[in-house]
Amino acid sequence: MRGIGKGKRVREPYRGVSEWLEGHTGEELHRKSSQAESMFRRTGITFAVYGAQEASERLIPFDIVPRIISAAEWRKLAAGIEQRVRALNAFMYDIYHRQEILRAGRVPVDLVIQNAAFVPEMMGAEPPRGIYSHIMGIDIVRTGENEFSVLEDNTRTPSGVSYMLENRETMMHMLPDLFRANRVAPVERYPEDLRATLESVAPSNLDREPTIAVLTPGLHNSAYFEHSFLADRMGVELVEGQDLVVTGGQLMMKTTQGLKQVDVVYRRIDDDFLDPLVFNRDSMLGVPGIFDLYRAGRVTIVNAPGTGIADDKSIYSYVPDIIEFYTGRPPILQNVHTYNCRKPDELTYVLENMADLVVKETHGSGGYGMLVGPASTKAKVEEFRAKVKANPHGYIAQPTLALSTCPTLTTEGLSPRHVDLRPFVLLGDRMRLTPGGLTRVALTKGSLVVNSSQGGGTKDTWVLEE
Amino acid sequence: MLGRTANDLYWMARYMERAENIARLLEVGYRLTLLPQEGGNSEWRATLRSAGCEADFLARHQRVETAGVVNYMLLDKDNPSSVLACLSTARRNARAQRTAITRDMWESLNAAYLDYPAFAASCLAAGELPQLLDWIRDRSALFRGAMLNTILRNDTFYFTQLGTFIERADNTARILDVKYYVLLPENELAGGGVDSTQLSAILRSVSAHRSFRWVYRDAFKPWHIADFLILNHEMPRSLRSCYMELAASLAGLAESYGTVAPCAATAESTLRQLQGGDMKHILQAGLHDFLVAFIANNNRLASEIASAYHFNG
Repeated sequence: MRGIGKGKRVREPYRGVSEWLEGHTGEELHRKSSQAESMFRRTGITFAVYGAQEASERLIPFDIVPRIISAAEWRKLAAGIEQRVRALNAFMYDIYHRQEILRAGRVPVDLVIQNAAFVPEMMGAEPPRGIYSHIMGIDIVRTGENEFSVLEDNTRTPSGVSYMLENRETMMHMLPDLFRANRVAPVERYPEDLRATLESVAPSNLDREPTIAVLTPGLHNSAYFEHSFLADRMGVELVEGQDLVVTGGQLMMKTTQGLKQVDVVYRRIDDDFLDPLVFNRDSMLGVPGIFDLYRAGRVTIVNAPGTGIADDKSIYSYVPDIIEFYTGRPPILQNVHTYNCRKPDELTYVLENMADLVVKETHGSGGYGMLVGPASTKAKVEEFRAKVKANPHGYIAQPTLALSTCPTLTTEGLSPRHVDLRPFVLLGDRMRLTPGGLTRVALTKGSLVVNSSQGGGTKDTWVLEE
Repeated sequence: MLGRTANDLYWMARYMERAENIARLLEVGYRLTLLPQEGGNSEWRATLRSAGCEADFLARHQRVETAGVVNYMLLDKDNPSSVLACLSTARRNARAQRTAITRDMWESLNAAYLDYPAFAASCLAAGELPQLLDWIRDRSALFRGAMLNTILRNDTFYFTQLGTFIERADNTARILDVKYYVLLPENELAGGGVDSTQLSAILRSVSAHRSFRWVYRDAFKPWHIADFLILNHEMPRSLRSCYMELAASLAGLAESYGTVAPCAATAESTLRQLQGGDMKHILQAGLHDFLVAFIANNNRLASEIASAYHFNG
């Protein structure tokens, strides 16, 4: 198959893969690709799609052409990510304590206090090590040679890390030659790192090894595979709300030998469902009383409740200010330029140029509730224009140029498709950043939506070592 | 381990074992209906009775005939004991406990679940029922092999074993009970010639028509089959073998948890009864009554296990 460049210059990190691709026919590559698919199906790496009854377990399409990042690029990314996640945690600590940043007028008060993601019950809580968001995914796009910007922060319960690990597993199994010829940094330490991070934030008065559990909403959740995968790789219990009970001032799980105390809960359910006594009263997924235990320091909830305030899309445009405020330095990684519809002049611009912009609901996630102007119909654009006019506070907009492309195997051979990148960061006794991440790719030609719920696929992501 | 995990492992194993047993029962029923003198209808009724679903079948079907029974036992979603339902229940339990089972176990079970519907449809369309039944047995063996080769010998193993052998004991006892009349000494005396096709059918249903001859080659009597399937400790599907496994798993749990649950004594007492058992006495007291009592006892042990190990929280 013709290599990546098609006569154009191949970027240096891709040289090895480009040569390899040239040595194989399209047919061979497609065969590899379907082998990969059957491996995923056998392993059960599926995700559930809400509202799609007949095919309720689907595979995320996997592209066998890796996405490659050079060592130098990664160094810069790593520094930028560390700066960002530390600043975001400092922001959360401040918001739930003295709120200096609001007093200083750097972030509008109403944006925080009236935000649905702000959890007043968290005011004054003291999470171990002062960390709120221990597990983060920072969505990054390439905006130029050696230049990256942050598209979105995920500080609640980011998912996708199991794909990072399984994609690598599959690639190494199928294409060992490629790994022999390229020095690819391993990602397999992640589960160990995650466990070390969770242990490091256990309640401080324990005189034994902390007991950790992963809390899942259950089998029907779209990310269930990942929940069980992570519990398995860490060697900890995977529990549902029904397996936990608060009794005698402790969080206990119901085991074959009776009740056993749990110290750290890596929860994969939303704040709202965590504790029916404090949040959504109808929640069957959570554990009544867990929040009081948390506030009393008897159990650590990871990520802490209320972390949504740091990744809310309306807060996003203030993150550069947040970084400066808490670190005293300019941000290493820039934001993608964002129009804040709550500002009148920016609203005017968005309304006038909607067909060229990506418009997002500030509280939406997963690629739902968003408009990709250039890929949309006139009617859809008009519909969104009316929505934004009616509630400017609920929307932001970004230019569509933001996503770079990466060569991808398609029915017409290799062709460019838009990608983003989600590296996974852990914050506990120290920061642990896995060299790699999840590259999501929009498989439809020209499409900019990379979300798996909307037909996006994934790629193995390589960080090259020097 | 979570109580819910133990529950799911137990049922995963039970349903895999049941899928295999259903395939064995069908194989026997099918063979008997191929014979010239056999009344197919009554053989299929016996098969349904052994599988414990005669009433459910009759409630939903007008006639008992081959195609209807085969479809009901292999592919009917509404029959919780159909092979299709067994595989999907076993797989749902396994999927809920991906963390507790090994990758090999999961992959063998998941592959069986994914491949079964299309393979079954193509076999039945081509009139290749025996091939399909072989396939089901192979898959079950593959799963059990994957389990025995990869699973840690801790509570995960014990709960899986408990599910397997509670189900197997139940199944062997049911097969015997449905056919108990051909195993009685009176039968031989009354009829003069033992119905050898019936006898070999019972043995086939537990894959033992050859091993039986090795064990009893000198003195073959019909009730030896009952002896073989109830009291013999070499026969891996006999009630005694099942209880040896159950007692061993419960002892293993007691050792690893450091406390003995009451259900261990229940299993031990049944095992002692089987170890000291004498076929003559069982026949004198009534084979049917013995089997009915055994099945009830087996169910009681199952619920004692569930409560001792907090299967339901």
